Amino acid sequence: MEKIFCDIRKCLGCKSCEIACAVEHSESKNMFKSIREEKKSRQRVVVRSTTKEPFPLRCHHCEEALCVQACMSGAMYKDERGVTRHDPEKCVGCWMCIMVCPFGAISRQENLALKCDLCPDREDSFACVEACPTQALFAGSWEEFKEKLGQEKR
Amino acid sequence: MREKEKSIDKASQELLEIAEKEGIDTAWDRYEAMVPQCGFGELGLCCRNCLLGPCRIDPFEQGPQKGVCGATAEIIAARNLIRMIAAGASAHSDHGRDVAHTLLSAAQGKTKGYGVKDEEKLVSIANELGIKTNGRDKKEIAMEVAEKVFSEFGQQHGELQFSHRAPRKRQALWRKLGIMPRGIDREIVEVMHRTSIGVDNNCESLITHGMRTALGDGWGGSMIATELSDVLFGTPRPIRARVNLGVLKEDEVNLVVHGHEPTLSDVIVTASQDPQLIELARKNGAKGINLAGICCTANEILMRHGIPIAGNFLQQELAIATGAVDLMLVDVQCIMPALSSVAKCFHTKLVSTSPKAKFPGAEHVEFKEEEALSIAKKIVGMAVENFKNRVKEKVNIPDEKMDLVAGFTAESVFRFLGGKYRATYRPLNDAIINGRLRGAAGIVGCNNPKIEQDWGHVEMAKELIKNDVLVVVTGCSAIANAKAGLLKPEAAFQYAGKGLQEICEAVGVPPVLHVGSCVDNSRILITLCNVVAEGGLGDDISDLPVAGAAPEWMSEKAVAIAFYFVASGVFTVLGNPFPILGSREVTDLLTRRLEEVVGANFAFESDPIKAARLMIDHIDGKREALKLRPVMYEKEEVMVK
Repeated sequence: MEKIFCDIRKCLGCKSCEIACAVEHSESKNMFKSIREEKKSRQRVVVRSTTKEPFPLRCHHCEEALCVQACMSGAMYKDERGVTRHDPEKCVGCWMCIMVCPFGAISRQENLALKCDLCPDREDSFACVEACPTQALFAGSWEEFKEKLGQEKR
Repeated sequence: MREKEKSIDKASQELLEIAEKEGIDTAWDRYEAMVPQCGFGELGLCCRNCLLGPCRIDPFEQGPQKGVCGATAEIIAARNLIRMIAAGASAHSDHGRDVAHTLLSAAQGKTKGYGVKDEEKLVSIANELGIKTNGRDKKEIAMEVAEKVFSEFGQQHGELQFSHRAPRKRQALWRKLGIMPRGIDREIVEVMHRTSIGVDNNCESLITHGMRTALGDGWGGSMIATELSDVLFGTPRPIRARVNLGVLKEDEVNLVVHGHEPTLSDVIVTASQDPQLIELARKNGAKGINLAGICCTANEILMRHGIPIAGNFLQQELAIATGAVDLMLVDVQCIMPALSSVAKCFHTKLVSTSPKAKFPGAEHVEFKEEEALSIAKKIVGMAVENFKNRVKEKVNIPDEKMDLVAGFTAESVFRFLGGKYRATYRPLNDAIINGRLRGAAGIVGCNNPKIEQDWGHVEMAKELIKNDVLVVVTGCSAIANAKAGLLKPEAAFQYAGKGLQEICEAVGVPPVLHVGSCVDNSRILITLCNVVAEGGLGDDISDLPVAGAAPEWMSEKAVAIAFYFVASGVFTVLGNPFPILGSREVTDLLTRRLEEVVGANFAFESDPIKAARLMIDHIDGKREALKLRPVMYEKEEVMVK
């Protein structure tokens, strides 16, 4: 399945991915309009740093997803492609998913869990990957990503 | 490396804990929230100068390497940097312009709050400017001096008068390179023109003009601010005072002045001693009126009146967090807009005064020179009235306070070395020539939450004086070193090398000399000129065994200062690099090739000890080039109690 990977050596911490993600999940999908929307759109990727090097933090769509196992209402589920999905209709805001996520990739918006949904409104691209000015973010399979890293090794 | 704290200052640490408990947001918290900061900005690779952009150059060379107009990393980084110089030079110069305006108003009799306090200096400046002084009234002279100085801001051609104070060789070099500043404002305007879309696209010529603009600050705007402040408010003399948040008083009205200009704060000093207001304070239950300062407004009134200093840049919010500040008066520069939200947590009144600087949530009492004293009295009165609103339970004044001696100038301290009747720089030059002193260094600049507060300033100063380097300090660096006790004469015995100790003991000065506010960096330039003129240490500033540093810089003003020192021939080390590292060529130009052009370059080093070593190595190199004898006490162990 196609996932998003990051070559953290290239991440500058510019937060362009954050902005793009928020715009993608906004009503208007337009940056200048979206920042004025009444219900503020929230990004599902955040740039963090533990030491000095920044990296984008978001859902990895784990094969063995602890959040899916821990979700008591069945709001967090795996779809046929293996994408970890979240159904806001079923979410009761118990935050078990936040507790068990080993990455800290799930946040909350009001009383619902919020995470990367791999841009369902887009056909063949991801907003964050497109926005990354250093091409640190990459869309594809793990094998393809490994191959790319190998080519670019300096 | 040692574990990083937020500040080495005990008072700051104490109040940061309180702030955390009370949920008060400080610059440190906001910095943490801002990390990671944008790499393009940090590298200088983001251009917003026109609407083809915003453009960003990918430093990994995968993405775009040119902006929409075709600007490369080199062009973008150089343009951004000299715009910082323009902004910094504007701040200093506009400050200088305001002081000139005050002098003019005073001379015209339009304001009663001000007069000529240092007539001797007025006459000497008038002579320098070619203004007749013989048998003339001081008001007449002052009027002409002010008018002449005013004309230098808008001057279109020729040279700035004070730049002729530089050694001849330096002046000749500036003329040869085409960087002799013509007019203060003109060079700044030219930066804005050159850096707009499609004008100057050569990073060398951009940086060269940056130097010219910076020289117009150092030898123009800043020097005017210093010189005319001395004329108006008196030339500082060595004076004892105290520093740190412990100077705030539990039983008195605390009025804190914060910002940069001396015009209002100097009158506030007078107003705070008004018997009627002191009586009013007593009626309100306070024992008196306590005035304290933050940033360079503080340095200005410390140097001239011995008014205590509450803290430096990063302590502005913490001062309010003591709960004991009844009123904070601000003018211009380095005033955090965050102050009003901190003030809301306490009874503190925040009062803005400059028509140029307004703050959300602050009360605005506009300052006018014509009514200076009555406005000052009004503000002091507001502080007194607010004393009764102080909530006792919220008052947390740290014990920390330190003694210091300040008030050194190019005229005073170095001449003391020669004695009152034999005023000369000779002994200073001799001390360097015979190796008792290795050399001298200036540590200047701001605070920055990227570096533990004061750590950069204090560690660097200690390392330098340990190695017999006489240190001069200004601005927030002076306050940092004062808090650490390095501005006490006794500090020489505890921290200085033997040679410097001997000098300090003989003259009775501290090993670290407070020479004033950030515009007073011009005092350091004048001192350097005097040392060159005294003879025996070469014939240009770039020959001298001296160095400069800004270990915790953050302001655009620091960029202008750093540039006018380098363009004047002083090797300068910066704690954080300029935002230009995204361009190899600009980095190479500033850190290496500039040496061949102006006899000095920049270095970037965030570890203050390593930075001090760079400065010492540079000083040793200059000593060698001058064929001076080895440093007298090189090998001896330093006595550290």
